[in-house]
Amino acid sequence: MHPALSIIFFTTASGAGYGLLALLAAGSLTGHLPADATFGIFAFGWALGLVGAGLLSSLGHLGHPERAWRALTQWRSSWLSREGVAATLTFLPALAFAGTWIVAGRISAPAAALTILGAVATTVCTAMIYASLKPVHAWRNPWTVPIYLLLGLYTGALWLALLVHAFGPQFPAASPLAALLGFAGAAVKRGYWTFLDRSRADSTPETATGLGAIGKVRVLDPPHTESNYLLKEMGYRVARKHAARLRLIVMLVGFGLPVLLSLLADVSASGPAAILSLAAAVSGSLGVVVERWLFFAEARHTVTLYYGASHA
Amino acid sequence: MTDLPKAPGAKKLGLVIDLDICVGCHACAVNCKQWNDGGHSAPLTDLDPYGKDIDGVWFNRVHSFEAGDHECGRTVHFPRSCLHCETPDCVTVCPTGASYKRAEDGIVLVNPDTCIGCKLCSWACPYGAREFDEVDGVMKKCTLCIDRIYNETLEEVDRVPACVSTCPVSARHFGDLGDPDSAVSKLVEARGGIDLMPELGYRPVNKYLPPRTPKRQAAAALKPSEEVAAKGILAWLDRALSR
Amino acid sequence: MSFLSPPDRVDLSVPSADEVKTTTCYMCACRCGIKVHLKDGQLRYIEGNRDHPVNKGVLCAKGSAGIMQHNSPARLRKPLLRTGERGSGEFREIEWDDALSIATGWLNDIRRTDPRKLAFFTGRDQSQALTGWWASAFGTPNYAAHGGFCSVNMAAAGLYSIGGSFWEFGEPDWDHARYFLMLGVAEDHASNPIKIGLGKLKSRGAKFVSVNPVRTGYSAIADEWIGVRPGTDGMLVLAIVHELLKADRVDADYLVRYTNAPWLVVRAPGTAGDGLFARDEKGRPLCWNKRTNALGDALSAEVSPALAGSYRLADGREAVPSFQLLAERYLDPAYAPEKAAEITGVSAETIRRIAAELAEVAFSETVTLDVPWTDWAGRRHATMVGRPVAMHAMRGISAHANGFHTCRAIHMLQMLLGTIDVPGGFRFKPPYPRPAPPAVRPAGKPGQTAPGQPMKGPPLGFTTGPEDLLVEADGTPCRIDKAFSWEAPIAAHGLMHLVIRNAWAGDPYPIDTLFMYMANMSWNSAMNVPETLAMLTDKDASGSYKIPHIIYSDAYASEMVSYADLVFPDTTYLERWDCVSLLDRPISDADGPADAIRQPVVKPDRDVRAFQDVVLDLGVRLGLPGMVNGDGSAKYPGGYADYLVRHERAPGIGPLAGWRGADGESQGMGAPNPDQLKRYIANGCFWHHELPADQRYFKHANKSYLAFAKSVGFLGSTDPIILQLYVEPMQKFRLAAQGHGPIQPPDRLRARTERFFDPLPIWYPPFEHEDAAAYPLSALTQRPMAMYHSWGSQNAWLRQIHGANRIYIGRRLAERDGIADDDWIWIESRIGRVKAQVKVMEGVNGETIWTWNAIGKRSGAWGLAKDAPESKRGFLLNHLIGDVLADGSPNADPVTGQAAWYDLRVRISKADGVPQSEPRFAALPRPPGAPEPARLLRHGARFRGRV
Repeated sequence: MHPALSIIFFTTASGAGYGLLALLAAGSLTGHLPADATFGIFAFGWALGLVGAGLLSSLGHLGHPERAWRALTQWRSSWLSREGVAATLTFLPALAFAGTWIVAGRISAPAAALTILGAVATTVCTAMIYASLKPVHAWRNPWTVPIYLLLGLYTGALWLALLVHAFGPQFPAASPLAALLGFAGAAVKRGYWTFLDRSRADSTPETATGLGAIGKVRVLDPPHTESNYLLKEMGYRVARKHAARLRLIVMLVGFGLPVLLSLLADVSASGPAAILSLAAAVSGSLGVVVERWLFFAEARHTVTLYYGASHA
Repeated sequence: MTDLPKAPGAKKLGLVIDLDICVGCHACAVNCKQWNDGGHSAPLTDLDPYGKDIDGVWFNRVHSFEAGDHECGRTVHFPRSCLHCETPDCVTVCPTGASYKRAEDGIVLVNPDTCIGCKLCSWACPYGAREFDEVDGVMKKCTLCIDRIYNETLEEVDRVPACVSTCPVSARHFGDLGDPDSAVSKLVEARGGIDLMPELGYRPVNKYLPPRTPKRQAAAALKPSEEVAAKGILAWLDRALSR
Repeated sequence: MSFLSPPDRVDLSVPSADEVKTTTCYMCACRCGIKVHLKDGQLRYIEGNRDHPVNKGVLCAKGSAGIMQHNSPARLRKPLLRTGERGSGEFREIEWDDALSIATGWLNDIRRTDPRKLAFFTGRDQSQALTGWWASAFGTPNYAAHGGFCSVNMAAAGLYSIGGSFWEFGEPDWDHARYFLMLGVAEDHASNPIKIGLGKLKSRGAKFVSVNPVRTGYSAIADEWIGVRPGTDGMLVLAIVHELLKADRVDADYLVRYTNAPWLVVRAPGTAGDGLFARDEKGRPLCWNKRTNALGDALSAEVSPALAGSYRLADGREAVPSFQLLAERYLDPAYAPEKAAEITGVSAETIRRIAAELAEVAFSETVTLDVPWTDWAGRRHATMVGRPVAMHAMRGISAHANGFHTCRAIHMLQMLLGTIDVPGGFRFKPPYPRPAPPAVRPAGKPGQTAPGQPMKGPPLGFTTGPEDLLVEADGTPCRIDKAFSWEAPIAAHGLMHLVIRNAWAGDPYPIDTLFMYMANMSWNSAMNVPETLAMLTDKDASGSYKIPHIIYSDAYASEMVSYADLVFPDTTYLERWDCVSLLDRPISDADGPADAIRQPVVKPDRDVRAFQDVVLDLGVRLGLPGMVNGDGSAKYPGGYADYLVRHERAPGIGPLAGWRGADGESQGMGAPNPDQLKRYIANGCFWHHELPADQRYFKHANKSYLAFAKSVGFLGSTDPIILQLYVEPMQKFRLAAQGHGPIQPPDRLRARTERFFDPLPIWYPPFEHEDAAAYPLSALTQRPMAMYHSWGSQNAWLRQIHGANRIYIGRRLAERDGIADDDWIWIESRIGRVKAQVKVMEGVNGETIWTWNAIGKRSGAWGLAKDAPESKRGFLLNHLIGDVLADGSPNADPVTGQAAWYDLRVRISKADGVPQSEPRFAALPRPPGAPEPARLLRHGARFRGRV
């Protein structure tokens, strides 16, 4: 699948934003985060900024962004519509949560709880857009939702750690939490890639053409000699070697380094800890962007079976 | 709208494509392009039409495959277009309701006025039936020539999809696959028509008729004529033949 | 809710047109009837005309893309005069009057001095009745269309054997055949009729066998594919004949009634009469009449002829029935399936089985139609009985140096099985059959051309012996292409592919002006393109071009335009009057004769003129007989359309056969009818006469049909047409080579003439196949069904289907050489090398590689961007195909001169470097006035108000 930057940015940024929102809510509900105004302004600014920028970026992917509001109408059947609805609805408790925190200097437990619910729901909807697509074996599997949730939380935790170290609220678990989520994220991605490498879609060139009874099916000629929408959108292929290199980068830059930096930050004084956390957040976010790029680039669509792919 | 018709009508209009006689001439693809370029979904935009990166919108594309190894297999030409599935995810994933399946005949269409161009339907279609028009910013697709099959300004005989009317080998058939007594249903029955990627459960309405197994491989071997063997050319000497 | 999800507005009944006009397609040479839907004066939709005899409502990819052809940015806009060096593509636009004056100046000088110095050749032209007539009026024999490099082997072999041929002069009986054998690639001609036919045939459950090195196109749907070695089909057929003779499975009754099998052939080796038919004093062939045990008139209905035996003629010479010679030859073990297997690569077992299947269907599954008919002798038959084996062959057989004989072998097989013009077999399309060969001799002998004089007779025809050749006393060819000389005695279509080389070399003489129409002779219609370009631009010591003037007419900026000095821009096919005439290349089907017109359905928006109008205008300016009145005024002031209606080739016979006579009620023959074109338009732009059922088969010997054919001028008499198993004219050329007669071949051609002018079909290896060690692979091209020659590349829709071409290689060969999909390889022949990208495939003969023809384009041509895939990744095999062999003789069939495109032999090796095709040629500039091609195409938007 074509790794469209607008969608990669959208899913990673809004994922991190929702992760951060959820952690802010969870942290405050459990009494770990006081309603400090300065911290609140930066934390919510960043979280909502990530969510908002992500959503805006997703509009850039549309042929008719001005009609985007229509996407809120089909929540009964469409995960994309549900995502839109969830994202929109989540703004209500999130803004209430942020407002009471920053303006009133207190935690609204219902708003916080609903924010967690909204953030999780929106992220699940996002993941389900992909996980529901039968033609894409790399997405339609039990790994997609956990990955989206976990990586959203993980990147959110990295940013939370930075905010905590930079603005001083006492939340000693922030960096260890990020490290823990990083471990979990790495494990889930490892598991996902093992799954991806070892399994095959049910669909084959033989089932796609119905010609399996005659024998192995090979492409003789494509319908058109130049590229087309289908191939540009769904025919993206990443070389195996390149993908392996990128997976390594995800593991090192996306998980290994941030985890290490987070653990260092945890034992460092606040000044260096903030710098280490910033490095961890930036590294982790970049790594997750690469992860998301691979999530698309490694995914094969069944339509490629008509264009010479040996498997989907 | 993205809900599938609750009580789908019995009528399931669709195509039956005979892979045993399709010669891969692309007539269906180009005639489709021509009709639809000025039809319901007009235009079928072509980008860089005379340049390096030519890329156009087509509703029907003809692939060529080889099935089987070396000389033992078959070359099969394979037109691919929307299958107007009974349970199409391209409809249910649509966030705006622009993508819909008509209750009255099962045709899957896109409403160009409400499509936001998110492309998700094209991801949800395993068959590659959806074509994005970059200039119009909306998804387009085979309409089963809805502006021909019901078009009262055309002669009745012309009220079939353009691909069907133009196919030189008659490899394309149009009709109601919901009616077991229709000509197309009987053809599917007789020839063992198949679904593409049945494992995905989209239940395509369009059916493909697989290549038939070759016939008449074993005529009795020619027996050398004893007379010719004995007499050579003079075997024909004694024939009583008349002009 | 409707605000959130407004219902789709689907307008089900939008009219597709405010006007529908019929005309005839010209996206290829198939000539289907089309209905052009016009909306607001714009082309909206083109569909097949359901009533039309050719396509019966269907339309192929090319025809369906006509809108894009018509709107192509490559259309020429105004006459062009060369300003830079030839080949540079530098021109300036000039007015028509100036252009015609320049041409008239050149042509007048030629006509006054030596009319032969005009070489007038047309490419994919379908107005040869006009252009040939014009050439005769001008006085030059140097005229032909493109048949010499297309399919003259098929036409000549057919016309000399059966008085018809595959494609235009005959077709399989799609409705009754139960076994269909197709040999070689045949997607090139009659595409829609064959597709319609194959659909019918397969749906009826008939067996379709394809003999073809490549399993694509029609072969893909064959029930059996036989991947023969290229150029060996003839041997395969002769082995089948061997098997049938050995099993005595030939239709002796058919042979005696309809062929020259019983005609006695003189056996007098060393004498001038050897191998000729024994004839009586009136020239009628003799047979041995077993009823009287005496010599008899072989044409009489009353004889009971012998097919074997040796007989004594009145003069004492020995004679045997020609069938005896045939049977003796092919019963020989040299034609056994085992021998053929070595040559063809097809197993002996397969050959035997095919022979058995053919015999089984022919002799055990006869088709009987309950249609009473009367034969030529007046005998009534209650039914029409046929052997339902049909065959077809075209380019794949034609384009070999042994193509004439291979095609003859196929027709011989048809005759032996008794399947010519019988139910289920091969059927003639009127006005065929004609006498084999037709009684038209080429003009242009010494003394038949003179300054200022027309030539008495047509430039093209059918030679029947050395006396018909166009040679000087010393054997020097009279024509610039050396057609009808000892180089190519039966060059019935002329030899366009040799004109440029011969004109450049001044061999046999220099010319002044080369005038061509619709022939891309600097690119995909040329053999050995690089050398051809050098010849077109070569200059003599004085700095003048060796070919002094080149005039070219085309509708589009093809590669050839850049090599012309003067360019006449033609119209597109939708802007013109045109004629598909019975005098030329008819569109008849087996159920009756047909012809057609094109009418302008839209007006040109450029300063262009139909080539045929231009030719007639030049004729008037030159004062050519038949084109001017006594006072020098134009005889056809209305141009080509006027000519179509009023021209009479012979009294009562004109270009169009329908609605003749003052009242428009005659057909075939009749006075000119001023309303004729209106009648055609009213009928969908075609005329088709349905033969009554009793005339539809056995046309060569069907009394009722023969009478009809004579009445409409198709035939000169009602005599039956005897199918020629044994072709006597061949023997006449052979006898000359053996030293008999006053006109003999030059010594260097003596042995070759003796060898190849065999009156019975032979098989020999194509000449280019001799160096098998150095060049072990055959390399073929075939035309993709969605693209016709080079025209399609300017078409925004068709070029999406074929924008670049690959070289296809069998998987075993690729694996052996370590070659994989997408690799680039060098393809090397005797004369050059080409770099191309690989596609590995399964269904191809193991010693053959192939590609789609004419997809590769020269950068800048055809209105395409300079970096278009056609020039970056497209390539031509033409660069590798020699127009001459290593010894300098033409790479052609020695009988007809047909260009041997498919004899190309190559070797391959992996290529490095920039991934693009080679050789590369300098990019051609766009002609002056040509628009910048659009970057975006949304033609149809206007019809829905969405521009």
